[in-house]
Amino acid sequence: MSLLAVKDLTVSYGAIVAVRDLNLEVNAGEIVCLVGPNGAGKSSTTLAIAGALRPSKGAILLDGIDIARHPAERLAAAGISLIPEGRRIFGRMTVHDNLIAACLPGRRPSDDPEIFSLFPILRDRMGQLAGLLSGGEQQQLAIARAMLRKPRLMIVDEPSLGLSPRFVDIVFGALRQLRSQGVSLLVVEQSARRALGLADRIYLMRSGAVVMAGRAQTLAHDPEFETAYFGKETAK
Amino acid sequence: MNLVQLLVDSLALGSQYSLVALGIGLIFGVMRMINFAQGDLITFGAYMLVVPTVSDVAPPMIAALPTPVLIAATIAVVALAAVLTERLAFRSVRRKGADGPTLLITSFAIGYFIQSVILFLHTGRPKSVSVLPELSQQITFAGVRVALVDLVTISASLGLLLSVGLFLNRTRGGVALRAAAEDFLMARLIGVKADRVIAVAFLVSGALAGAVTLMFVAKTGVLDFRMGVPLAIAGFVATVIGGMGSLTGAVLGGFALGLASTLLQSLLPPDLRPARDAFLYGLVIFVLLVRPQGLFVFGLGRERV
Repeated sequence: MSLLAVKDLTVSYGAIVAVRDLNLEVNAGEIVCLVGPNGAGKSSTTLAIAGALRPSKGAILLDGIDIARHPAERLAAAGISLIPEGRRIFGRMTVHDNLIAACLPGRRPSDDPEIFSLFPILRDRMGQLAGLLSGGEQQQLAIARAMLRKPRLMIVDEPSLGLSPRFVDIVFGALRQLRSQGVSLLVVEQSARRALGLADRIYLMRSGAVVMAGRAQTLAHDPEFETAYFGKETAK
Repeated sequence: MNLVQLLVDSLALGSQYSLVALGIGLIFGVMRMINFAQGDLITFGAYMLVVPTVSDVAPPMIAALPTPVLIAATIAVVALAAVLTERLAFRSVRRKGADGPTLLITSFAIGYFIQSVILFLHTGRPKSVSVLPELSQQITFAGVRVALVDLVTISASLGLLLSVGLFLNRTRGGVALRAAAEDFLMARLIGVKADRVIAVAFLVSGALAGAVTLMFVAKTGVLDFRMGVPLAIAGFVATVIGGMGSLTGAVLGGFALGLASTLLQSLLPPDLRPARDAFLYGLVIFVLLVRPQGLFVFGLGRERV
């Protein structure tokens, strides 16, 4: 049984349907990438899985249990950690307080030295306001904050957005390391090339629906993947 | 008017405004709602001090208790009432997906509900009550005679502001509350429980309202079923001129409003003093025209409102 199974998920904003009858699975210890152009419904999918948006239809199964109508904080407790688009660190709080806010009851950031070995810069920035960190540092803080929840499934929306290549390497390296520790990852990535380099499996979304899915290694050599990503007209 | 006297007066008034503003700011932070019932909770606390009766001089109820118990009981009763308004009204409305204006109307409804119940049980005539009479004496301070109640109000307020500051900065619950105030959804995504953090905001806000009840009644000795309304408006104005969404701004805004009000009272020609509030709120409009983001918001910019 997969860790996460999304079945016929439909997400609407009033009359606008952002995601339509979407099906996807994430197995334990896997990195799954959700790729697609702007407005494909990727972020809405992640928000619905994490409980931040209520789906209008469909089921979201975590370990076979439907969690589609559970509130966000309950899903956080059940082991789903979402790092949403824009990272949404608490900019007017210190790095330390950002981490404290995410700690499990009775624990402190120092109980998880792993976050500082992955992101040593955070140790030097503990007393600084998080809003004053650079984009790359904020992304590291966002991942560290999510890690403190000890998630089984980490969902990361556009981790490379606006980052310099050096920070993209750090962030993607951290995601791979998390996978090696048994955390499953669902990563939204606009760049198909980056997704192919990171993911075990890929779902390609367009206009709210999955139009193609498969193993990254297979899709990397499939000319139809590029056509499907950019749309027929552009690819020609 | 002597400068020390002026300072004591403005700090005493500003303290009360600050505590109300902080209470309003705490709830605004997590719910994006101005809780206008904050003033009526102060009124509720005041009327709990006395036994419901139609007579003008009300026999004491909570007010009859020994001072430490009286203080604790008043704060506890108002804090509990605040939590109940959240539990019985705001939570249900919130769960139906209500937006800011709907919650605002809910707070008006709660406020009028409290006023109407008081009107029914105590009648609408103002009543006199003696609370903490030991504070009514004048003492000589820095060569000037000042009311002891003002000095106690100032020091108690500073103690409360410091305590709330420590709670927000040094405890897990406080950090969760600040996180929720900054980005409610993100806080929930990292496991902060929405209902709990809102209940804590109401609890702290209610405790502050309870403290203001005591300060206000000890100073004036009069109960009126609408007594909390001007305080709520002052607290709201303080949060706006301080910078909506900033708790420090709310507190400083309260002190600024207290100072401006006291200065106008002493500097205006006697004939114009009855129109003091017109000048005060004219000044508020001027401040908002010059700094619409609030007087005390710097650095990382404005919070979304």
